[in-house]
Amino acid sequence: MSIPNDRKYTTSHEWVKADGDCFLVGITDDAQDQLGDLVFVGDVQIGAKVAAGDNAAVVESVKAASDIYAPVAGEILAFNEALNDQPGLINEAAYDHWIFKIRADNPADVDGLLDAAAYEAQA
Amino acid sequence: MSAQTPLFETHVALGAKIVDFGGWDMPLSYGSQLEEHHAVRQAAGVFDVSHMLNLDIAGDRAQDFLRHLLANDVAKIAGHPGKALYSCMLRPDGGVIDDLITYFFAPDRWRMVVNAGTADKDTRWIREQAVAYGVTVTPRRDLAMLAVQGPKARETVWAVHPEWKPATQDLKPFTGALVDENTLVARTGYTGEDGFEIVLPAVAVKAFWDALLAAGVHPCGLGARDTLRLEAGMNLYGNDMDETVHPLESGLAWTVSLKDAERHFIGREALESAPASRELVGLKLLERGIMRGHMKVRTAQGEGQVTSGTMAPTIGVSIGLARVPVGSTPGDGAEIEIRGKWVPAQIVRPPFVRNGKVLVSAPGNPASGAPTLHTGH
Repeated sequence: MSIPNDRKYTTSHEWVKADGDCFLVGITDDAQDQLGDLVFVGDVQIGAKVAAGDNAAVVESVKAASDIYAPVAGEILAFNEALNDQPGLINEAAYDHWIFKIRADNPADVDGLLDAAAYEAQA
Repeated sequence: MSAQTPLFETHVALGAKIVDFGGWDMPLSYGSQLEEHHAVRQAAGVFDVSHMLNLDIAGDRAQDFLRHLLANDVAKIAGHPGKALYSCMLRPDGGVIDDLITYFFAPDRWRMVVNAGTADKDTRWIREQAVAYGVTVTPRRDLAMLAVQGPKARETVWAVHPEWKPATQDLKPFTGALVDENTLVARTGYTGEDGFEIVLPAVAVKAFWDALLAAGVHPCGLGARDTLRLEAGMNLYGNDMDETVHPLESGLAWTVSLKDAERHFIGREALESAPASRELVGLKLLERGIMRGHMKVRTAQGEGQVTSGTMAPTIGVSIGLARVPVGSTPGDGAEIEIRGKWVPAQIVRPPFVRNGKVLVSAPGNPASGAPTLHTGH
């Protein structure tokens, strides 16, 4: 699958896409493929202040749980409630379904993340 | 260097994700683990279980030997060709060396099927014990084994091998038949569904596997095997019991036969002198989240540990097995520590699912058995 050019990426397989003055965060198609069928997405603490690299969400496949990290420092604003009932949406279209929304303390931090080509090269 | 079954290349060609299991390169799934799970509950799936080891036990004193070796009493199946018996094999201190199935073929000819990860230590242990009885123990790595499971499993096996039908159509559960010298078809399994486990020459397994897939049977990996067995309330050796616990603390009292007071099987004294202080119970999570092995459990009687936990695909809720202090009753509340938070759960009596029917309802979800999970792909 081609990696969208409209967003940034982390080495830990999150994608980060601008949404107004905030950012949506999800996981890459490569990540969902490695995890397998997701059966739980959650543990997002709305209102929490996080540093880059802090745990911000959990995704669980049938077999195992994985942490999803905050790509930049900021405040967690929202959780994508659609994933409560349908965690498998991420398996179907990883780039269409965000997991949490974050307001970056310093939006320029996002510029320092990987672009699609750089993510593809390291993956 | 991992071992590989005769179907390894076939799994790779099917696009399987390969994982190490007990020293074997085995398919975890061929795509969607959930689809594989539902295929077995609703139609038919096939698992390559050739990593498990068949052992032939032969000799005039084979029955005496097995009555000494195993915690269950093979006298229950003696004289009934093809009949199977599930049992633990214990250390003198009562710890579980392995759980296994024994078949009676003839008074001097028996078969044992043991787990892959324990196969080498089992073989050594069994041979040591066999010396005194003059019994021979022969590992059969020339054989392969498939489990075909699901409501349509048996009819599909017969469609592929019509010549097996006369000998196998009247088989009762937990009974097998030798359809030829090296091919055992048994009505056994590890999924809570009807079906067969078929032991056959390794050279014949590829053609059989291909024919089953051509007949519409879904290839299934170890991932689905684990969620299916847990829904069926069946123990997994290494998770739910091992050498450090005895069967009475592992939900396996029903497999320990104390009836014949003269039968001094290995581990008996230890079981009789140490009453169980813990028990294995089923758990159902009452909120969102997923129980996993090694998580802490609190009951009214004290603290314990989840031994197996997963999201149950047929039920849409997390279920598990846990070893807790004795004294709890189905219906009692419990709490599971999930990432630092204590999440409410309920103690339930396994199995959770049997023959496609959900026996434990999900919270806020009528026990319709309809999967509420999105299967993806």
